[in-house]
Amino acid sequence: MKESKKHSPKFLKTEKTPVEPFDPEALIEVQHLSKKYGSLLVLDDISEKIKSGEKIAIIGPSGSGKSTFLRCLNVLEDPTDGYVFFEGNNLCDLKVDINLQRRRMGMVFQQFNLFNNMNVLKNITLAPVHMGMQDLRKAKRKNALTRFLNLFRSEEKKKELVPIETNKKQIQEQAKENAMRLLTRIGLADKANVYPSTLSGGQRQRIAIVRALAMNPKVMLFDEPTSALDPEMVGEVLQLIKELADEGMTMVIVTHEMGFAREVATRVFFMDGGKIQEQGPPAQIFGSPQNPRLKDFLSKVL
Amino acid sequence: MKAKLDTFFKYLFDYGNYETVLIGLRNTLVIAVCGLLIGIVIGSFVAALKVAGTRNRVVKVISYIGDAYTGLFRGTPIIVQLIIFHFIIFRGSGINTLLEAVIVFGLNSGAYVSEIMRGGILSVDIGQTEAGRTLGLSFTVTMLFVVIPQAIKNVIPTLGNELIALTKDTSVAGYVATMDLNAAFTAIAGATYDYLVPYLFLALVYLVLVVLITVLIRVVERRMRKSERK
Repeated sequence: MKESKKHSPKFLKTEKTPVEPFDPEALIEVQHLSKKYGSLLVLDDISEKIKSGEKIAIIGPSGSGKSTFLRCLNVLEDPTDGYVFFEGNNLCDLKVDINLQRRRMGMVFQQFNLFNNMNVLKNITLAPVHMGMQDLRKAKRKNALTRFLNLFRSEEKKKELVPIETNKKQIQEQAKENAMRLLTRIGLADKANVYPSTLSGGQRQRIAIVRALAMNPKVMLFDEPTSALDPEMVGEVLQLIKELADEGMTMVIVTHEMGFAREVATRVFFMDGGKIQEQGPPAQIFGSPQNPRLKDFLSKVL
Repeated sequence: MKAKLDTFFKYLFDYGNYETVLIGLRNTLVIAVCGLLIGIVIGSFVAALKVAGTRNRVVKVISYIGDAYTGLFRGTPIIVQLIIFHFIIFRGSGINTLLEAVIVFGLNSGAYVSEIMRGGILSVDIGQTEAGRTLGLSFTVTMLFVVIPQAIKNVIPTLGNELIALTKDTSVAGYVATMDLNAAFTAIAGATYDYLVPYLFLALVYLVLVVLITVLIRVVERRMRKSERK
């Protein structure tokens, strides 16, 4: 972080712990993350690094701050204190364009949150088309400015234009193609033109996952993806998440499915009281837990 | 009574005054419908600002202006607003009085619709906004393509109410020389020296209009609900 006056980061709250240098090996780095709702401390000074390719499962009792932690990772909740770095960008800095960063972070919710006013295909293509159009407009604006400034530049100093190889139709076609490819993959290609309200929970959740995938994210955040599903639909959703994990997607999963966490995760966080009480490979967490709270928790859920 | 009816119809048809009434009807509908459309645009904008997070200071200031606007236009009678616009703001601009009425009614209904829309936006699950934002869509895009279309669906019955109220409120547009339904019938009443029959007819016309609007809104509402269950 440059500390010069011109580029000094701007934050929501002024009293903060100082920024530590970002570890370039980590994909997501969390520094001294705290979150308060009024006087209720939900997250208590968490520092953690998540490397590319890791599959993190977060387990813990209700109210332990699991979901809040996950939502802080893409700043859906503003942290009260501390920083979240994603690929070296401080997401808590108000000068960082959060929308650009979120394109690379997919998120899947417990309640699916498919857009009810759009059919499945539109649900999936909305964000990619917007992203494409936004980039296209940006390039065009930049070119217009360059062209104008070139009028005043001497022949050898003229700057080159940004090449634009795409147009609106192409962006839409590409997004649609990609969406259909993803839908075919999960076996729901025939549902492309129906509205979410006609689908089952399992189908909706798989489409929600695919919608996040359509943005080619670097990391996927799952917020209890199977908690709102009928027991018989849990399998199909977990299967899809497992496939993604096998493909090498970095993911952070808040879950109550211990068997799944054990199978898929490379690292398990046990959270309680707003802190990560214990962490380690699943064999260690489930096999030989050290923390008394974790022992107690596991004896209840396993 | 028979004589009065005869005079009324004679004046209306034999002397060709039904044209004035038709113009009045058209103007009334134009003011009400265009007013509501302007109101929905302004109202959605102001409502979106009101529910926006307060991260950005500029947005915050604009949302205060939105609050002031709502308070001002809801807090004063529409006649007063019409007269202020006619005699102070548009004074000497030579603007068409119909356009003037549309603007004033649009601004007035915008204030009401902003609160209606705010309720509608709040009734849409917050998860929809969150889903949009996590996909990297900006607040504006999420509002425009995801939340507001759903909010409008939720507020259609209330918007129908607003359209009905607006239709009847247009009866004061005559104050600034706009030929609306009320002004047309008042002219007839003045010319025939009879107030009973024209005003009874006026009431009948408004009643029929309102019934038609009610039916129309039912149809629109049913259509919109159906599209979700395809």
